[in-house]
Amino acid sequence: MKARHERLLLIAGGLVALGLMAAFVLHALKDNLSLFYAPAEVLAGKAPRDRAFRIGGLVEAGSLVRQPDGVSVRFVVTDMQERVTIQYKGILPDLFSEGRGVVAQGKLDDQGLFIASEVLAKHDENYMPPEVAAALEKAHQEGAGDANAQTLPPQQLPQ
Amino acid sequence: MIPEFGHFALLLALPVAVLVGVLALVGAQKNHARWMALAKPGTRLLAFLVTLAYLCLTQAFVANDFSVLYVAQHSNSLLPLAYRIAGVWGGHEGSLLLWMLMLVWWAALVSVFSRPLAAPMLARVLGTLCLVAFGFLLFILLTSNPFTRLLPGVAEGRDLNPLLQDPGLILHPPLLYMGYVGFSVAYAFAVAALLAGQLDAAWARWSRPWTTMAWGFLTLGIALGSWWAYYELGWGGWWFWDPVENASFMPWLAGTALIHSLAVTEKRGSFKNWTVLLAISAFSLSLLGTFLVRSGVLTSVHAFAADPARGIFILAFLATVVGLSLVLFVWRAPKVGLGGRFGLFSRESLLLSNNVILVVATATVLLGTLYPLLIDALNLGKLSVGPPYFNAVFVPIMAPLLFLMGIGPFLRWKAASAQEIVLRLKWALVAALAIAVLLPMLIYGDAWPLVNLGIFLAAWILIAAVLHFSRQVWTTRGSSNLLTAVLRQPLHFWGMHLAHIGVAVFVAGVAIVGGYEEEKDVRMAPGEIVTLSGYEFRFMGVLPVKGPNYEALQGEVELWKNNRLIRRLRPEKRFYRSSAMPMTEAAIDTGFFGDLYVSLGEPLDRARPEGEWAVRVYSKPLVDWIWGGCFLMAFGGLLAVCDRRYRQSRRRSTPDPLTVKTSP
Amino acid sequence: MKETLNDPVRPELVEGHSLQKQGQRLPQPERWGVVQSFLNNKYVWILVAFAALVALLAVGLTRDPREIPSPFIGKAAPEFRLARLEGAAGETFGPADMQGKVWLLNVWASWCVACRAEHPQLVALARQNLVPLIGLNYKEARGDGDLDISKMPLEEETALTRQRAAGWLTAHGNPYTLSVLDVDGRVGIDYGVYGVPETFVIDKAGIIRFKQIGPLTEEVLQEKILPLVNKLNELNAAP
Repeated sequence: MKARHERLLLIAGGLVALGLMAAFVLHALKDNLSLFYAPAEVLAGKAPRDRAFRIGGLVEAGSLVRQPDGVSVRFVVTDMQERVTIQYKGILPDLFSEGRGVVAQGKLDDQGLFIASEVLAKHDENYMPPEVAAALEKAHQEGAGDANAQTLPPQQLPQ
Repeated sequence: MIPEFGHFALLLALPVAVLVGVLALVGAQKNHARWMALAKPGTRLLAFLVTLAYLCLTQAFVANDFSVLYVAQHSNSLLPLAYRIAGVWGGHEGSLLLWMLMLVWWAALVSVFSRPLAAPMLARVLGTLCLVAFGFLLFILLTSNPFTRLLPGVAEGRDLNPLLQDPGLILHPPLLYMGYVGFSVAYAFAVAALLAGQLDAAWARWSRPWTTMAWGFLTLGIALGSWWAYYELGWGGWWFWDPVENASFMPWLAGTALIHSLAVTEKRGSFKNWTVLLAISAFSLSLLGTFLVRSGVLTSVHAFAADPARGIFILAFLATVVGLSLVLFVWRAPKVGLGGRFGLFSRESLLLSNNVILVVATATVLLGTLYPLLIDALNLGKLSVGPPYFNAVFVPIMAPLLFLMGIGPFLRWKAASAQEIVLRLKWALVAALAIAVLLPMLIYGDAWPLVNLGIFLAAWILIAAVLHFSRQVWTTRGSSNLLTAVLRQPLHFWGMHLAHIGVAVFVAGVAIVGGYEEEKDVRMAPGEIVTLSGYEFRFMGVLPVKGPNYEALQGEVELWKNNRLIRRLRPEKRFYRSSAMPMTEAAIDTGFFGDLYVSLGEPLDRARPEGEWAVRVYSKPLVDWIWGGCFLMAFGGLLAVCDRRYRQSRRRSTPDPLTVKTSP
Repeated sequence: MKETLNDPVRPELVEGHSLQKQGQRLPQPERWGVVQSFLNNKYVWILVAFAALVALLAVGLTRDPREIPSPFIGKAAPEFRLARLEGAAGETFGPADMQGKVWLLNVWASWCVACRAEHPQLVALARQNLVPLIGLNYKEARGDGDLDISKMPLEEETALTRQRAAGWLTAHGNPYTLSVLDVDGRVGIDYGVYGVPETFVIDKAGIIRFKQIGPLTEEVLQEKILPLVNKLNELNAAP
């Protein structure tokens, strides 16, 4: 029965191909996820050292410094608990400004400086990216217990 | 008064839609000729009412009626007229009304052009569309009424989002929605066929032109959106794998699978279940896209106000529309025969591979898009799936598809001879390989595997298409001269090859721009020069200019090559008066062989905008081929729709013997 | 039905034929037969998969990423007593003064661009006289990145705050029933302010009922805040 054989072959081949594709897709997915961390989590050592992730928070007022080359910038992102300095080479998006929320994608270097490959300020009337809002809210809740202790965050939110 | 009139028209449309839908479907089931006859005029009445409502809203925009909340939120008296008309779909409520408008127009078109359809079939198709329209009308009236008054009115509107004040807004959403919503026709045909238990070649022939049409619109819509993002966002990228983009790409992939599988169903009667399932899926994915975009469950760079209440409604709507049709499918599908047999190596099996690959591609996009939601739902943290995932996955999935695309047209139905194919195409293969190796080296001086692969596939598709076309011309030439033989080829044949060549052009663009684009971020003082890809960009400084509703700082950049001034580019940084948002307007020198792209960053010293600026320059070789390829694909689709076959079948006085059969 | 489909491919099994053939073979399904055949159906997995997808989307909806749950909602508005911007020196205000009223607390500062964006909404709101709107001027001087107040004595900072806040309200219109000055940002911390502007809806019993982070928009005002205020006004003050 040649027809039946052909059909079996077709089905078997299809299944193998599908299986391979599925394995490959899942592998790619695993490798390309970027988890989101707030500055406090980064300083607590929760963020990965060797792979890219996203960090979000508010851009601390007055922290934006242009490097001498004119296109590299450094700024501080804070969740009102901890601060992480971000280095980025390139032009910042239109909606980037001090006191507003940002999300940066990149890696930590050895000194704990976050080297961003991408800085996202949302094209949205929304005030801040939801991840950032959630991170801030969390930081506030955790910090609320010792609010009376002098842990006033180095925060300034002007823009 | 006029907005109330529009609201009233929508309210009136609601009972019309539900009455016509139910009566037509029940009538078709019970073979009640009177009820079925309602479908046609009923659908047209519905289309009339919705169009009326739409015009009323447009009038409110044109007349600056800021006592209408939606107008006050999305327009402004300073806004140019074209944007006031396009502003109708600049926000949530209006885009839903546009969606609605497209839906009823598609339905009205079906009622006009489907004269040969047997009455029960037409009643079922139109009835299904009317019920879909009913659900959407309910959604609009309950959660997103665009005619809500703002009392007391305000003197001035809040203005349209500056990002949307661009010619892209005028074209992109209507085309995209035409495509999105157009799949509802394929869906309605599928549901009608399932209801009738009548899945046959005739059914496939009716749905084909509609599906191809919708697919063509969707292709154009997506391409325009991509082009718009490219020049408007100032990042120089043409696809970001953003959830909103994916939402439109998934129906496109499913739709592409559908138009190919419909071909098999029409010609060979095979894949019937599969085709029906694809038709349901394509529209379901459109609805899923609407849900993702409108509910705000995913974060996206796009600006859409999110409202969970709306999300719940769309989800319920989606669950009803898709759920019911899937139940119908599961109930009816096993009763449908398998259709014609085919060999392991045949056009059918190749089109089957095409379908499998496209469905796998759809699934990977779906997975990447919904994965963050899944992880969040399981409380495992917030994460995002970045473009690297999609890029990594897409190349290996699509490459085999593109390779098979070259072979496909040469294969015969049922069984083809592998030897014959090798004989026909071996030189094409050699030529494509040679081009892939030599071309990048000769033109750009270096190459890497992905570029070679892309060029190989593009050349392969192109050569194979041209070979097949000329072979066909040769064999059908007879005694006529060459030109008439070429022109006499049927339009669907032209359409297929044009669309395939469009894919080749697209792939070439993607490969070259991916491999050889260059960008530089530099600080520039007036008079300074930066060199990129053999061009000199001379920054001449920045001057303030004034637009109709914004003020801007306009830079001037001279483009030189070999000591010859080629063009002056004027990138801008705009500040819209009514919103505090700054906007970067890139300046682009568009050319057949590539774009040169300049956008302004920030002045190094904010107090001295006349001084140094951070400037970004790009060289994007062949980038316009990407959209050109999409245009060719859509144009190919249009040619296929215009094919004589479909018109002939319409004129035929006696319908197919298969179509007169009613319920089983 | 299964047998029919798995039948070794019969050449006559093309369209038209198949339907009739099956019609002959299959007995008319009985009442339970329908359910049974549904369960035996090889396509049922599609329905299962779709149901799972809908469930996922429904769960996704409940955790809408833009709706930020605030730990303050449903809690008593933190008590404070601060100097007022206008009126005689020494006049103060605290939430206790608003007992029995539904009111809005809007956190603002002159350096905050987003506040300027929401300001027209506030002015329009004040004109309608629907609800008392109290302004909390937040870190007017020390929040401004362009000012260095590290060496400034508190009295001087307070005076500067007063002058800047009043100047800004004169320039842009004053929508506030009254304004208080949170010079050092202590009250802001109690209220969990992490971005300016923010707006709180506080009910008759002094409970925070709603918090808007970021500028008020027409939508939020019309669709959330005003309906909420109306509802709260209809309720009697909780004991």
